[in-house]
Amino acid sequence: MIPAKFDYARPSSLDEAVRALADGGEDAKVIAGGQSLLPLLRLRLSFPDLLVDIGRLNELRGVHDEGAALWIGALTTHDQVLHDPLIAEHCGLLAEAAATVADPAVRHRATLGGSLSHADPAADLPAVAAALDATITARGPAGDREIAAGDFFVDYLTTSLAPGEILTGFRVPKLGADWGYRYEKFHRTAQAWAIVGVAALARRSNGHVAEARIGLTNMGTVPVRARAAEQAAAGAEASVSALRSAAALADAEAQPPSDLHGAPDYRRHLARVLTGRALAAASRV
Amino acid sequence: MTTETDAQAPAKEFGRARPRKEDARLVTGQTTWTDNLTLPGLLHIAFVRSPFAHARITSVDVSAARGMPGVIAAFSGADFADEQGSLPCAWPVTPDIVIPAHPPMATEEVRYVGEAVACVVARDRYAAADAVSAVDVGYEPLPPVLDIRTALDEGSPKVHEAGNKSFEWVFQNGDLDAAFRDAPVVIERNYRQQRLIPSAMEPRAVVCSCVGGEFTLWSATQIPHVLRVMLALVTGVPEQNIRVIAPDVGGGFGSKLQVTAEEVLAMLIARKLGRPVKWTESRSEGNMTVHHGRDQWQRIRVAAERDGRVRGLSVDLLADMGAYLMLVTPGVPLLGAFMFPAIYKMDAYSFRCTGVFTTKMPTDAYRGAGRPEATFAIERTMDELANELGMDPLEVRQRNWITHAEFPYTTIAGLTYDSGNYEAATARAKELFGYDQLRQEQAARRASGDPVQLGIGVSTFTEMCGLAPSRVLGSLAYGAGGWENASVRMLPTGKVEVVTGSSAHGQGHETAWSQIVADRLGVPFEDIRVLHGDTQVSPKGMDTYGSRSLTVGGVAVLSACDKVIAKAKVIASALLEAPPEEVEFEAGTFRARGGAGTTKTIQEIALATFAAHDLPDGVEPSLDSDATYDPDNFSFPHGTHLCATEIDTETGMVTIRSYVAVDDVGTVVNPLIVDGQVHGGIAQGIAQALYEEAVYDEDGNLLTTTMADYLLPSAADLPHFTTDRTQTPATTNPMGVKGVGEAGTIASTPAVVNAIIDALRQFGVRDVPMPCTPERVWRAIQAGRDSGTQAQNGAAR
Repeated sequence: MIPAKFDYARPSSLDEAVRALADGGEDAKVIAGGQSLLPLLRLRLSFPDLLVDIGRLNELRGVHDEGAALWIGALTTHDQVLHDPLIAEHCGLLAEAAATVADPAVRHRATLGGSLSHADPAADLPAVAAALDATITARGPAGDREIAAGDFFVDYLTTSLAPGEILTGFRVPKLGADWGYRYEKFHRTAQAWAIVGVAALARRSNGHVAEARIGLTNMGTVPVRARAAEQAAAGAEASVSALRSAAALADAEAQPPSDLHGAPDYRRHLARVLTGRALAAASRV
Repeated sequence: MTTETDAQAPAKEFGRARPRKEDARLVTGQTTWTDNLTLPGLLHIAFVRSPFAHARITSVDVSAARGMPGVIAAFSGADFADEQGSLPCAWPVTPDIVIPAHPPMATEEVRYVGEAVACVVARDRYAAADAVSAVDVGYEPLPPVLDIRTALDEGSPKVHEAGNKSFEWVFQNGDLDAAFRDAPVVIERNYRQQRLIPSAMEPRAVVCSCVGGEFTLWSATQIPHVLRVMLALVTGVPEQNIRVIAPDVGGGFGSKLQVTAEEVLAMLIARKLGRPVKWTESRSEGNMTVHHGRDQWQRIRVAAERDGRVRGLSVDLLADMGAYLMLVTPGVPLLGAFMFPAIYKMDAYSFRCTGVFTTKMPTDAYRGAGRPEATFAIERTMDELANELGMDPLEVRQRNWITHAEFPYTTIAGLTYDSGNYEAATARAKELFGYDQLRQEQAARRASGDPVQLGIGVSTFTEMCGLAPSRVLGSLAYGAGGWENASVRMLPTGKVEVVTGSSAHGQGHETAWSQIVADRLGVPFEDIRVLHGDTQVSPKGMDTYGSRSLTVGGVAVLSACDKVIAKAKVIASALLEAPPEEVEFEAGTFRARGGAGTTKTIQEIALATFAAHDLPDGVEPSLDSDATYDPDNFSFPHGTHLCATEIDTETGMVTIRSYVAVDDVGTVVNPLIVDGQVHGGIAQGIAQALYEEAVYDEDGNLLTTTMADYLLPSAADLPHFTTDRTQTPATTNPMGVKGVGEAGTIASTPAVVNAIIDALRQFGVRDVPMPCTPERVWRAIQAGRDSGTQAQNGAAR
């Protein structure tokens, strides 16, 4: 298929981009790497009148060390995430998850900002952002604002970005060396979306898990934080059996979809099994 | 490893792993794919397709589309009604077969989602795509027919007025009743061959121009020659006024062995508008409307002795034809009919296939066409028999297979296998696989209750290919022959042009044919050019499918070389001043026997022939030759494939840990090409076992229209393949070659599923329907555990 007709703007500054997007109204969309939007255009599932290409806004590229947190620009590609030393040191979970996305060609074009703002619950990075307690930074006609990941994902393919607002990046609190992580992605082929994904972080202390955070991919219309399992894991012995019991609650907050790749009960089962494994790995059991 | 060598002593190019000469242009895009073509004034077609599986068309209004910017024309089926004819079915398998009319564009009723009901023709693809939504089609929905198991019931809605049964084809040999009467062991199983969507790398595309009543049609097709004949028959355009060109074509796997609605309509539109037109499918459009493959329910019964010896075999198939019969739709299951007995000896065999219409995309040939289905069923069942008897699956096979000493052997299905060595291939495969060690590890994992269980799957397959002796095709009511044509032309400068009727679409013919010619004529490989795929350049041919190119087309090339040599010898004899019977030809050089060292190279003869100054009286100045070869028999490649799977019993995920394929394709012309065919074939067979399935919902909508839902494995999902060969030359052709294009696909699917079941039998699992998705495997384990020992089919969702 080939896309329907649209106008195209390629602004050279962020403010110009915000203006173009705001002027375009509801039928304007931002395009960066195009790895989510172009398929929708080609399948004629999306009919924007205007595409605002932010690909030249270099201020939205790269990883910045802010001391207690990293700020990662929206245009940073998955491939850059994979090879960035700051990310490897302070939030390796992000790199581990980015490595599982699609294939090298896609990872070279696909951007972090695109993955988050597309808000596909089957995509890997939204659940990772949720688990990392990241905040999304955005600029709109009214200026800059920060949105907690938990408030950012509103519904299937829907974020809390206001019309005219552009996702500029996201801020991740640095994790200390006592944190471990694991992204468990369950998919049938390397290029396929996750049937279920589990992003787990655990802080280990004295043979126990002091704190755990779990984000679930494709277990609802938005990325799901498995709070009940997190609470059960907190204080648990760092052992396979204890973490498996905690993981038995992994699907408590989930409302998994049904599609060709998995019925809801199977997805719930997978979420529990994979959470057990991810917690064990994150706790270095 | 070679267990036998060809007595005909392969010369220097035979057996050489030459990189393919065509690859540089193919992989760098320095070539012409159909969609890359552009012609002055070219227009673009977009089709309006039915959103209903079954409906009466009440109205088609294209007037709004005609008014859209850039649109030149828009047509409904009515505009073609008196000229579009009916798409052909060339294989009426029984005298009373029902072959419904199949208009390229529907006029009264649609019978599958995606059937073309109208089209728009515009200056560019974008304008054409935009105008599609402006076409207003009225439908009166009719009930869909989706399940072949109920489609023949009394009360079922009808796909066609004549009903849902197309044909019933039977074959019987031996006394089946006697075989089953008092048989100590009877195994009965039902298997599902899921519907598959052939996924060639290059989508279908067609360009057509019509100038002064003469048509040139470029198409991404496997069959330019057959297509030309069929287009003439369908449209009534005289055959001599149609030229079909298959430029470089990016794969087909059977899907481009077809005469499509789009090709016929492109001709008619080009004629109506007097301008060239192009259509290229999108992947989603292709998933809906490229002919599908497989889709059978198989009931197989085997009677055996306690020692494992098979007494008889009975097979009953329901085959989903889809909505219409396309080029060879009804013949596909028949190609399997002869392969259920496989490599095994038995006293009786009966086969019945019922072809059933549904409101789905028609099925037709897909890599292996009939033989994968048969091989799957028999190889799965041999494993079931082994399990029933407590025997090793290889042991039960060995008890039944035709031994090397017994060849040639006429099977219970009436085929005469010329050659084979199942013992050697199996022994080599076991050795490479580490069969005994893996069995030990399997036992250990079972004993320890490891969450990851190991399974070992066996497939000792053969297949019939090299389609085909024309006489045999005639006896099966196929509408054409199975010969192949080739020409070899010596050019004045000593170079060689080879014209072949085999139409390559990824097979490497240009390389393999050059190797054959280089050896036979004694000319350098680099001096040979192979021409194909254009009915004006290679006017005669039967094209490429059914692993026939080398065993039929390659032999034609060899035969044409021999005719060139015979002609050259007469001229050489004159120049060497020796009688022809005294002139010898070897490695490109003629010399007089016992002569004093005077020689003439074939290149010198070519130049002398061109000059024609000193030719003997009555000798024409030409070294060109033309040869047509009709094979005496099919070729029967075989092999033993062994697969080890690891199954995560907590999630159902299947991982192939190791895969060994020892194939016997007779003499090998180019081992790289053979390996490539085997690798790709195994991947495609694994894909049927684990990944691929076309799914229609209860309304007849195809759900798997994109590659997000129709999963294809990539290299990242596949294991390392350990391949090796035994070489038992075919005795039915002068090169000793056998087909290789489909062998991997045919062999691998049962090897993988057998490995899965082997791992899961301990949980009471007897079958998992394909594709064996993690969810189905997991559910099968749950169901098996729940019910103790009773087998379950898992989640046939």
